[in-house]
Amino acid sequence: MKKDKAISREKAVETGAAPDLDRWNLRLYVAGQTPRSLTALANLKRFCEEHLAGRYTVEVIDLLENPHLARGDQILAIPTLVRQLPSPIRKIIGDLSNTERVIVGLDVGTRA
Amino acid sequence: MPSRSLHLKSHPNAKRPAPFRPRGESTLAKAPTGIPGLDAITGGGLPRGRPTLVCGAAGCGKTLLAMEFLVRGVLESGESGVFMAFEETPDELSQNVRSLGFDVDALAARGMIFVDHVQVDPREIEETGDYDLEGLFIRLGSAIEAVGAKRVVLDTLEVLFASFRNEGILRGELRRLFRWLKDRGVTAIITAERGDGTLTRHGLEEYVSDCVILLDHRVVDQIASRRLRIVKYRGSSHGTNEYPFLISEDGIEVLPITSVGLDHPAPTQRLSTGVPALDQMLGGRGLFRGSTVLVSGTAGSGKSSLAAQMAEAACQRGERCLYLAFEESRAQILRNMRSIGLDLDLWVRKDLLRFESARPTLLGMEAHLTRIYRLVRDFAPPFVVVDPITNLSSAGSDLAARGMLMRVIDFLKSRQVTVLLTSLTMGGSAPETTDAHISSLVDTWILLRQVELGGERGRGIYILKSRGMAHSHQIREFHLTGEGIHLTEVHLGAEGVPAGSARELDMARSRKLETSASKKPASPAPRRRGSRTRKKDRR
Repeated sequence: MKKDKAISREKAVETGAAPDLDRWNLRLYVAGQTPRSLTALANLKRFCEEHLAGRYTVEVIDLLENPHLARGDQILAIPTLVRQLPSPIRKIIGDLSNTERVIVGLDVGTRA
Repeated sequence: MPSRSLHLKSHPNAKRPAPFRPRGESTLAKAPTGIPGLDAITGGGLPRGRPTLVCGAAGCGKTLLAMEFLVRGVLESGESGVFMAFEETPDELSQNVRSLGFDVDALAARGMIFVDHVQVDPREIEETGDYDLEGLFIRLGSAIEAVGAKRVVLDTLEVLFASFRNEGILRGELRRLFRWLKDRGVTAIITAERGDGTLTRHGLEEYVSDCVILLDHRVVDQIASRRLRIVKYRGSSHGTNEYPFLISEDGIEVLPITSVGLDHPAPTQRLSTGVPALDQMLGGRGLFRGSTVLVSGTAGSGKSSLAAQMAEAACQRGERCLYLAFEESRAQILRNMRSIGLDLDLWVRKDLLRFESARPTLLGMEAHLTRIYRLVRDFAPPFVVVDPITNLSSAGSDLAARGMLMRVIDFLKSRQVTVLLTSLTMGGSAPETTDAHISSLVDTWILLRQVELGGERGRGIYILKSRGMAHSHQIREFHLTGEGIHLTEVHLGAEGVPAGSARELDMARSRKLETSASKKPASPAPRRRGSRTRKKDRR
């Protein structure tokens, strides 16, 4: 698997005047530029624009570049999306193609 | 034609004779576990560069076995290792094995062992489409690289089945993982919980097919015992039995260590029993060195006294003697034997005689076995007394007791140790029965019995069998005197062998009635002394 500078450590920060309570910090763990990773990233971006526009941060972490983060953040499955904020931390795995499950997994419905 | 087709069928087989493999097993490289006994039954260790499945129910020692494999790999083979724990944290792990003398933290600090705790909580994971377990591979790969690991433990992968709902993906990834481990050339242990009627709950044996070890911790009649079995070992011969194993303060020990075949030597040297008349009965020269001697009899028939007499004889020859007492304490035996003129204390002080007292129920069967092995290895006695074997079955089943005795006997025989076993015959049962049914294992069987005649009880002794010698078939009367054990001369009366006063009466009668006595009576002095002691005994 090749390392991909385009999506590794890429920060897509959308600015907005949202209060701290409604701040969404998301982290997507991938391992190289695989079709599945690219699909997950595209799905994530589309999802955020639809449901969390203006109040989210996405950080993409390539485990091939930072293998120790797999240990530190307890990542097994690839891709894994971690909701850092709002707490508590939640993890969803997969290429995020099932939007309904992403909504449930991130618990967007009750907060949005 | 049927005969022709038969020929045609057998022909290709005849052309390809099965390759003959010598016993040396040079074809398969093995990684020694360093665990005593396990390397013996696997013919050198686990298959090198391949995964081995260790399965068993909860609490049967899977994690310990895996950890010992890693630690001994570092200490004895210089191979570093990775322990990937899915259930326990590194702290818990190192605490658990510290009691076995393994300092995992120190080895981790030296960069020889890497413990990685994989925490998966199914509650916080939602599945939203296709995924793989590349994260696990990356973690494992970086851990292997960090310490240059040759050995890997995954304990236990089955946790993943609770975390990931898509079993299709999971099984595909596990298959990839085992392939990946093989490609890396690491020797791996994968632990798995035993399933209902299957080796593992989630069928991991499907993926790990090179070597499967089954551990078992069973409780029969409130006594727990541990067993280990090599279910399969591809490309290698292995012991197929269930072997008892023990988790002791030195780690895991699988038994037996020797006892593979009946190939122990048969010395021709003879040993005195310490009772000259008994030596006479045993073909005139006593017991064979390295033979197994059973002394059985009813309660109070003098088994322990005879055992002590033989121990005394061994010590007088300057041989070390180990006395395994399962019913009496050392002090009690010493006191009691003083009453028949045996000062065993003297030999204890000279460290020629060593007593080891323990209740059979104190330990499980394999713990007893290990204890005996250790004592014999450390003390190296040429003579061992087990007094009695009767209660050993209370530390397990009759079958287990028999298996244990068989192992002890084999072990001692291989070291040419003479062993004396005493066995209590229950009242009412035939005198030829022994508690553990070991009669076929013993070489010499001395039977002691109470003889009731004319309102008196006397002690009779005879030799039921003694392999390899022309032994006496007579029942002799014997006495426990203040100077040890004495056998009286045989007096053949009209009604068999009379004992006690009946013998004296019968002898007097025959002197009176018959002018030519067939045998000269024994000198009167020991006889009287003997009868006096008998009266004393009864009080």
